[in-house]
Amino acid sequence: MLKSLFHSEIALGLAQAGIASLMALAVVLLARRRHIHLEADASIALLRGIVQIIAVGSILVLLLKAPRWSSVFLLAGMVLAAGSISAKRAKNIPGAARVSTLSIAAGAGVVTAIMTWAGVIDTAITSLIPVGSMIIANAMNTNGLALNRFRSEVLAHAGEIETALALGAAPRDTVERYAENSIHSSLIPAIDNLRSLGIVWIPGLMTGMLLSGARPLYAAIYQFVVIAMILASSGLTALLSTTMIQAQAFSPAEQLVLKGAE
Amino acid sequence: MNTRENQAQTDVVLRAENLGRVVADKIIVTDVSFDVRTRELLGIVGPSGSGKSSLLRLLNRLDEPTSGTVYLDGRDYRQLPPRELRRRVGMVTQRPYLFPGDVASNLRFGPAQRGESVSDEDVARLLEQVGLPGFAAQEVSVLSGGEQQRVSLARTLANRPEVLLLDEPTSALDEESKLGIEGLIGALVREHGLTCVLVTHDRDQARRMCQRVVLLEAGRLVQSGTALEVLGA
Repeated sequence: MLKSLFHSEIALGLAQAGIASLMALAVVLLARRRHIHLEADASIALLRGIVQIIAVGSILVLLLKAPRWSSVFLLAGMVLAAGSISAKRAKNIPGAARVSTLSIAAGAGVVTAIMTWAGVIDTAITSLIPVGSMIIANAMNTNGLALNRFRSEVLAHAGEIETALALGAAPRDTVERYAENSIHSSLIPAIDNLRSLGIVWIPGLMTGMLLSGARPLYAAIYQFVVIAMILASSGLTALLSTTMIQAQAFSPAEQLVLKGAE
Repeated sequence: MNTRENQAQTDVVLRAENLGRVVADKIIVTDVSFDVRTRELLGIVGPSGSGKSSLLRLLNRLDEPTSGTVYLDGRDYRQLPPRELRRRVGMVTQRPYLFPGDVASNLRFGPAQRGESVSDEDVARLLEQVGLPGFAAQEVSVLSGGEQQRVSLARTLANRPEVLLLDEPTSALDEESKLGIEGLIGALVREHGLTCVLVTHDRDQARRMCQRVVLLEAGRLVQSGTALEVLGA
């Protein structure tokens, strides 16, 4: 229907984005009927999403002509943004932004660097940026899930944690179980993505590769490669962020500082 | 200073000096000073929200004072490693927060943090002390509220504390269990020479159990003295 109304590709894309956003907002309104208020979060996220992706699309057009090393700066910018966004899922945890940025940088950076060195990711900007951004975005989601779960677990078990502290336990030991739970739960989406690959979903990257003329079997295998890299970087990010955040939950005098209002 | 005052000074095991805690401009505890003497049961009494439990948490540094300090055996507790301090100043909370597993593993928790083991005989002795002989292998999930609180007490005693902080240890218990725990704490002080600080909102309980009492209101110490002086007959 839209194709008959819009002849310009850009206008068509914006119209498609508008309809998809309306669909998302309809679900938000449905959630509102159950007193789940996502209106502000979802609206801002949708608006930010479209503005950001158009901006990145425009930058990519310019970058296609730029030297290959310039992609490093774009990926670094993505990591900084991911750290800031992810930290918002860890309210009241001191130093969450620093922990998130370092964890995502290390988790996504190590995997991207090794895979690029090994030739799994092509150094061409058109390859490195899309694949790198997928790795960073998933590391960001995992980090947010891990920190959010850690925070919830600590708040729910503050009594047990302080009891252990009062008995002379080391702070890190008192929250170790909750950090482990956080890692497990944060990796569920990445593991489920691998499990359901090809059966439940076919990643957009594969579609893109097929459209750009790659052989279907290679495009299929490469999807596995990307999802496996995502699992590796997400796992590394979750391990690092929960390790670092364990220390942030306590003061130097070994007091639990991550807790509800006093 | 007369001989009696001198004696009282040397008997002081814990001293709170101008202790205060302010969080986000809200006064939780302010300018509280008192001594806890060896082998006494000192009560901290006051209405709900008066800062009793907050004050207790400052005594083993579970929270950080924003003013003043605490001296343990004459030494500023900020000079002590927190884990050593918390071993020496043990705490029993309103809810027992037992760890999953059996009673014996709960009792062994504290010493295990320092790499120490507690023998089966010592576990049995501690359980005998709190009136739960033969409970070592019991799963904590099947214990009654009163039994859980006794295990919590034994778990703290396993650390051999010099001072025991008790934060409303009977407030979640029925009358019979409450009197049982009161008797147990009294016996620990009388027969085993333990020094205790008891937080309670129950004035009758403070009268029954405590030799001396400090009365808190809105985070301030408003009166201290013998239980009779502060709370009346």
